[in-house]
Amino acid sequence: MMLRRRTALLGLAAAVTFGGASLAMADADTRKRFVVVILRSALDGLSVVVPYGDANLRNWRGSLVLPEPGRDGGLLALGGFWGLHPGLPQIHALYRAGQALPIHAVAGPNRSRSHFEAQDILECGADRRMESGWMNRLAGVLPASGDGDNALALGQTVPLILRGPTPIDAWGRGNVPAATADFYTQLLAIHDRDPLTKAALTDGLRDRNFNTHALDGMPGTGGDAPFIALARTGGRLLAKPNGPRLAVLDADGWDTHSSQNPRLSYALPVLDNGIAALKDGLGAAWADTVVLVVTEFGRTVRVNGTGGTDHGTGTAAFVLGGGVAGGRVQADWPGLSEAKLFENRDVQPTLDLRSLAKGILAQHYSLGPQPLETVFPDSTGFAPARGLLRA
Amino acid sequence: MDIRAIHAVTRFGLGQRGAEAPPADPEAWLTSQLEAPDAVLAGHLPDSRSALEAIHLVDVGDAQFRKGMIPQAPPYIGDRYQADRKWAIATLIGSGQPFRERLVMFWANHFTVSARAGGAVLALVEAYVAEAIRPHVTGRFEDMLSAVMHHPGMLYYLDNATSVGPNSTMGRARGGGLNENLARECLELHTMGAKSGYTQQDVTSFARILTGWSVDRNNEPRGFVFRPETHEPGPKVLLGQTYPEGHEGGVAALRWLAHHPATYRRLSEQLVRHFVADAPDPQDVAHIAGVLTATGGDLKAATLALIKLPNAWMPLTKFRTPVEYIVAVYRALDFIPATVEDRAKAYATTEFLGQAFHAASLPNGWSDVGADWVGGEDLVRRADWAYTMAGRTDAPDPAAAAAACGPLLSAETAQQVRRAGSRQEALALLLASPEFMRR
Repeated sequence: MMLRRRTALLGLAAAVTFGGASLAMADADTRKRFVVVILRSALDGLSVVVPYGDANLRNWRGSLVLPEPGRDGGLLALGGFWGLHPGLPQIHALYRAGQALPIHAVAGPNRSRSHFEAQDILECGADRRMESGWMNRLAGVLPASGDGDNALALGQTVPLILRGPTPIDAWGRGNVPAATADFYTQLLAIHDRDPLTKAALTDGLRDRNFNTHALDGMPGTGGDAPFIALARTGGRLLAKPNGPRLAVLDADGWDTHSSQNPRLSYALPVLDNGIAALKDGLGAAWADTVVLVVTEFGRTVRVNGTGGTDHGTGTAAFVLGGGVAGGRVQADWPGLSEAKLFENRDVQPTLDLRSLAKGILAQHYSLGPQPLETVFPDSTGFAPARGLLRA
Repeated sequence: MDIRAIHAVTRFGLGQRGAEAPPADPEAWLTSQLEAPDAVLAGHLPDSRSALEAIHLVDVGDAQFRKGMIPQAPPYIGDRYQADRKWAIATLIGSGQPFRERLVMFWANHFTVSARAGGAVLALVEAYVAEAIRPHVTGRFEDMLSAVMHHPGMLYYLDNATSVGPNSTMGRARGGGLNENLARECLELHTMGAKSGYTQQDVTSFARILTGWSVDRNNEPRGFVFRPETHEPGPKVLLGQTYPEGHEGGVAALRWLAHHPATYRRLSEQLVRHFVADAPDPQDVAHIAGVLTATGGDLKAATLALIKLPNAWMPLTKFRTPVEYIVAVYRALDFIPATVEDRAKAYATTEFLGQAFHAASLPNGWSDVGADWVGGEDLVRRADWAYTMAGRTDAPDPAAAAAACGPLLSAETAQQVRRAGSRQEALALLLASPEFMRR
């Protein structure tokens, strides 16, 4: 992978890693911003966008099901059949403003129920393993911005979704006192012929400079969870007129094999506050931004023996942003009767994540079939989902 | 200097320690470490029985606090066991059997139990490595797998301790049910590997086989316990093999998985990737798998075969992970952290450079591929940390330290080290050089 740093002082963007959360970015020559939030380790869609109107839900989920909307500690209303987990009040406010579109019964191309394999495939954006990720290919398809690389990763690792032939910038937070300038010059000289380290080291050093001089108000100042701080920073960087246009945020902590309800009641508010922080950081640019929140697969419809759920298939996703055709739930709901379950255990997926992502890109960036095929190879069978954004 | 000598220390060991002379006969040096008993096992080790007792006492204290019987809740169990991890990293840095320690690192990563899970798991991590991994690195894979799957650390980490057979006495009386986590990861990560042919039914069936494999932390003897009341009754089928009800069913299933050709293939690929190259040569993998097959999973035989692979003697093909890098820097400086403060710093550096010791993010452990460790900030942090370490007053002379790297050092690096403006810069350049970041 190529790692190069764009001109440091332009204040163009970055990727950061703090604790279990990380943010990586790419940019493109357009006003439209696009952010993917990957909820790594498999979010239970049934607990988050809850089909409380499905008569079978309580049979399977029993005590895990929260009270209906309007009751104490109950779900937040999503128009009758559906309810939103009460840990997501700010996403609910977006929903009420028509800027949040919950999606259900969605799944990526992989059926292994292996976190690692399904995440890789989700990030490759194909039904096979590839050398590059779909956000990297998107960065390559969108017009190059005039003055440098199209993409930037913040932090220790670039997620697979952003890896590939399109150059990626990188930035991470440093807190060790810097050595002398001479030292770094000599250090670069001895790494000059190294295929693995040269580019990364060059990026890292430029980014330090970039960090020191151009980025005031970077995270690490507040007491927020890493994901929230990262989201706010990402928002600010994307908001800059000549900043990056693509970003990826990672959040983990969804692998609720046990004690699912308490764990979600901790993890979901972090997601909720992170989305609010991202919107806050974006400011007016929120109107031009689409955020896609996805996870690698859902969890079993049945509760396991430890108050949790095991690896499943169909799950929920969110499309958020100023121009989203929200305020409704979009789902071809398969139902939860035993006969309708996928392999008699999971929510039957009725929408492929590629259709969802293609639906966004087709409308947001006016991408036609050819560029969409470049971003998601061999996906002609998965037509872009329609009507996700307001015309 | 014989390049094979310094290569053996770098590739299979933990890096040259100070001005210590490299081994005269590199292969004999490696082999003797596999023959000799593990010196760490002879010393005082973290143990799961006392950790479980401590966890139990915290449970009791928590219950008393909730009832208002005592004024303060007991301190968080994890805090008391951070010291074990600091001890473990210091042990690694000071090891006189570095090849053996590398095997311990490798297998502990293969069978990850992560302190990141916190609580009881954190309290048990080092005991787990000492009890389930360390005694078996030159033994039989079957025995290591069995020790791992019976260990409280793993049974808690991957949730099997509370998995209940739906038709067991307990399952019928009080509900509860299966937790597939350990069964799945055992198939996917510990033995056969994904795409080796097992199905979801196999995962579920294996989870049923493993019901009842649990931990007793309340009563002596604390540790593994088979609980018949939570064990799913009846025979079960896993990958076409039928296993009887009871603990022995699980024992037999693990034995079968330990010797499966897919398991041998997977272990071989991981060993070759770790010790030889990021992209293992299929012939090397097939060779090691053949040794495992011929010897019934003898890890000493497989390790000996590994050091005989011609490819294993190509220098500097592997990029050091942060922990490998940190340990190598400490050893090059001949700085063995002995005080509580120094050990805490060594441990904190593993977090700072992105590989918190024994605290992988996920059950698949840390990556063994160089490209995953070369973030820009990552490398600058290594350089900055090396710069700080090179500023220690007891740091060695840069020329001597460069000489200790022998023919592994390129002419360019050697020249920059000579030209550097200060001793600190010179030594830091050496430690942050592309050669030193590799093994």
